[in-house]
Amino acid sequence: MVEAREDVCHDARVRAIELRDIVKTFGEVRALDGLYLTVEPGEVHGFLGPNGAGKSTAIRVLLGLLKADSGSATMLGGDPWRDAAELHRRVAYVPGDVALWPNLTGGEVIDVLGRMRGGLDEGRRAEMLDRFELDPRKKARTYSKGNRQKVALVAALSARADLYLLDEPTSGLDPLMEAEFQRAVLELKSAGATVLLSSHILAEAEALADRISIIRAGRVVQSGTLAELRHLTRTTVIADTATPATGIGEVDGVHNPQFLDGRVTFDVDSDHLDAAVRALAAFGVRSLAAHPPTLEELFLRQYGEDVTT
Amino acid sequence: MSGFTGTMRLVRLALRRDRITLPAWTLGMAAFLAATTAMFEDSYTKHPELLAPDTQIVVENPGMRVLGLVTGPTVGGYTMHRDGLTLAVLAALMSVFAVVRHTRQSEELGREEMLGAGVVGRYASIGAAVIVALAANLVLAGLLGLGMIVAGQPVTGSLVAGISIALVGVAFTGVAAVTSQLASTTRGATGLAAAALGASFLLAATGNMLGTVDSAALRVTSAWPAWLSPIGWSQQMRPFADNLWWPAGLSALALGLLTSGAVLLAGRRDVGRGMWPERRGAARARPSLLSPSGLVWRLQRGALLGWAIGLVGFGLVFGALSEQIGGLEGAATEWYAAFGGDADLLGAYWASMMQVAGLAVAAYVVTLLLRLHHDEAQGTLEPVLGTAVSRLRWLSAYAVNALVGAALLVLLFAVAMVIAGGMVLGDTPSLLRDLVGAALVQLPAIAVLGAAVLALVMLLPRWSVGLSWVLVVFAIFVGPMFGPSLGLPSWLMDLSPFSHVPNAPAVSISPGPVVALVAVCAALAGVATLAMRRRDLALPA
Repeated sequence: MVEAREDVCHDARVRAIELRDIVKTFGEVRALDGLYLTVEPGEVHGFLGPNGAGKSTAIRVLLGLLKADSGSATMLGGDPWRDAAELHRRVAYVPGDVALWPNLTGGEVIDVLGRMRGGLDEGRRAEMLDRFELDPRKKARTYSKGNRQKVALVAALSARADLYLLDEPTSGLDPLMEAEFQRAVLELKSAGATVLLSSHILAEAEALADRISIIRAGRVVQSGTLAELRHLTRTTVIADTATPATGIGEVDGVHNPQFLDGRVTFDVDSDHLDAAVRALAAFGVRSLAAHPPTLEELFLRQYGEDVTT
Repeated sequence: MSGFTGTMRLVRLALRRDRITLPAWTLGMAAFLAATTAMFEDSYTKHPELLAPDTQIVVENPGMRVLGLVTGPTVGGYTMHRDGLTLAVLAALMSVFAVVRHTRQSEELGREEMLGAGVVGRYASIGAAVIVALAANLVLAGLLGLGMIVAGQPVTGSLVAGISIALVGVAFTGVAAVTSQLASTTRGATGLAAAALGASFLLAATGNMLGTVDSAALRVTSAWPAWLSPIGWSQQMRPFADNLWWPAGLSALALGLLTSGAVLLAGRRDVGRGMWPERRGAARARPSLLSPSGLVWRLQRGALLGWAIGLVGFGLVFGALSEQIGGLEGAATEWYAAFGGDADLLGAYWASMMQVAGLAVAAYVVTLLLRLHHDEAQGTLEPVLGTAVSRLRWLSAYAVNALVGAALLVLLFAVAMVIAGGMVLGDTPSLLRDLVGAALVQLPAIAVLGAAVLALVMLLPRWSVGLSWVLVVFAIFVGPMFGPSLGLPSWLMDLSPFSHVPNAPAVSISPGPVVALVAVCAALAGVATLAMRRRDLALPA
């Protein structure tokens, strides 16, 4: 568990994002309940959680749209509330729910937002319009949800920013456009930009993210690289053995052994994998399959679901 | 399954959605009519000998005939001439908004698709929208009639008057049903219906202007163009004089034909599309759009143009009337003298007209500044504040547009009055100097109201729209236009910023009140700025 990362702090580098113990309440609701989140420069950070977990609220605190009740927040070395407008010259943002001025065209919206940020890259603007197959001459009110999303994406990706805050940026996009989006994010990463990618689509985060934070009810419950997170959880082992592997349940770290027609299935803590496999060998292994937990399983485990398959 | 299956269920849904909107429209209009009727009733009870001469003034002036059809020397008829056009336009707008809201807007926002998948016929939403609008007009007819009866007018005349106004709403219910099929957007459908309303007004106005006057100069008979217009039909019922019922048939016929047309069109098009497709726009933004104030200008320029046309029109009419004012006697002169605060009747008249324009422009400023709240609540503000634009800069963009727009509108009104007044009176240059000064002196009071709206939007975002309009109505009613007639105490009248506007050109402009208004405006703007910096954005859920 890498929840509080101050122990591994790299003092020399200014973190792209650092949220410490952020609390934000709306009336009775604690939308953020002691949230810690750190994003290092140059990384793509997956920010995962279901709807209502607090992802958008955290991003809006980072943008200075909402003021945290308590805790400390820094973004690109500045105070997101106090220095909002100045910081935003280095930030590009895609909101979770894109609302556009109905009587402006998509092209006009892209230009307006670009100029308000302090200018956009003409070459990238043309390239992104082309890659996302967006017609810039249509009035915003006639765009579908997917096309409104594309307007916000093109506006953000045409910017040369240090930090990209993307709040569920692919909702409403079709699979082809989703693939195009993933290519664009990988390009940003190779150009050295930092990306905070909020999502509830795990495959997206799995494909793009260097590190992942899982948020639940306003708190980050797990944070780390995918490998670290996997290491902290259990591997599923499925084996056919010559004699029934009856004793396997007694090995330290083995959970939920199930026997069926000479086949045994169990979960084992990653630290005890070695011991479990040695014990298994004594029963005469005929076939062996083991797979690390998918992100899906990590995620569901955090939400207290039963994850045995 | 019939095309109208589910209509009544949609009616219940629509009534539930409109449970505040429609009562507010109808009650507001009835209260306005009852209050003004009571005012004229009171004034002519004190001076009954003035009713005939006042009617003659209106009848003999083609500019005044534009505003309505004079049917004879009665208080009810006189009131209908003064209020009839305003009420007819409001009834039409209420109906247009209601029909478009439940047809085209539902489609545009995708609600129709959800309903269309249920047990709901293709024409059910048109049917429901028409039924709801008709019900609203029925209630409106009753409330308007009741308002006039309560204010002491004859029962039959009052009921005919109420019905005649509501019939304009009925005809435009049909118009909006058709425009909702033609245009593919809410704005387009509303705009087309508004254009039809404008044409309807012009036809009625032309018909009355070209109409024949009887020998006593007490009643007008309209020329043929008035018979081509729903507003004209409504006026031909001649409440308080002839009380004719049959012109109502014309409006009913129009509703029937237009609604059938709408149903035919609906059968020939896809859900979500109009008969006329949406036009494409520019691929790139013009340089003038690339700043916050340029963007705000673009967002409100259509509305500003509409207001400008309206104010120029009224400026020309009121300017042309300057000639008649010198001949006024009795009660009307008292009102202008009380308003203008001087024995110089013409100066008092100009001062009062300029104040009326000031009130109208204040309403424009309020609608513009409330967009700040709509931007915030609908989510269009979020991407803007995600850029390097600060909150203060966004607020300033609106404030600058409000001030420039307000200055433009009062000046256009003044220049229009000068052009028309100069033609009948001569001496245009000195008139121009006087009226431009009188126009600019309205701005501090307008700015106070605007700054109050900003403070409300920043302090109480969720309540700001309602409270802002309450503030406008309060400022108008306790102000100089109604305050003295209602006999309000001076401390109450002093609460309206408009009570402190110098009555230029009747009296010279003294700096004291202007400086005080500017100071109040600055204080309110300061409150707005402080509140804005402290609070969260009121974001959509």
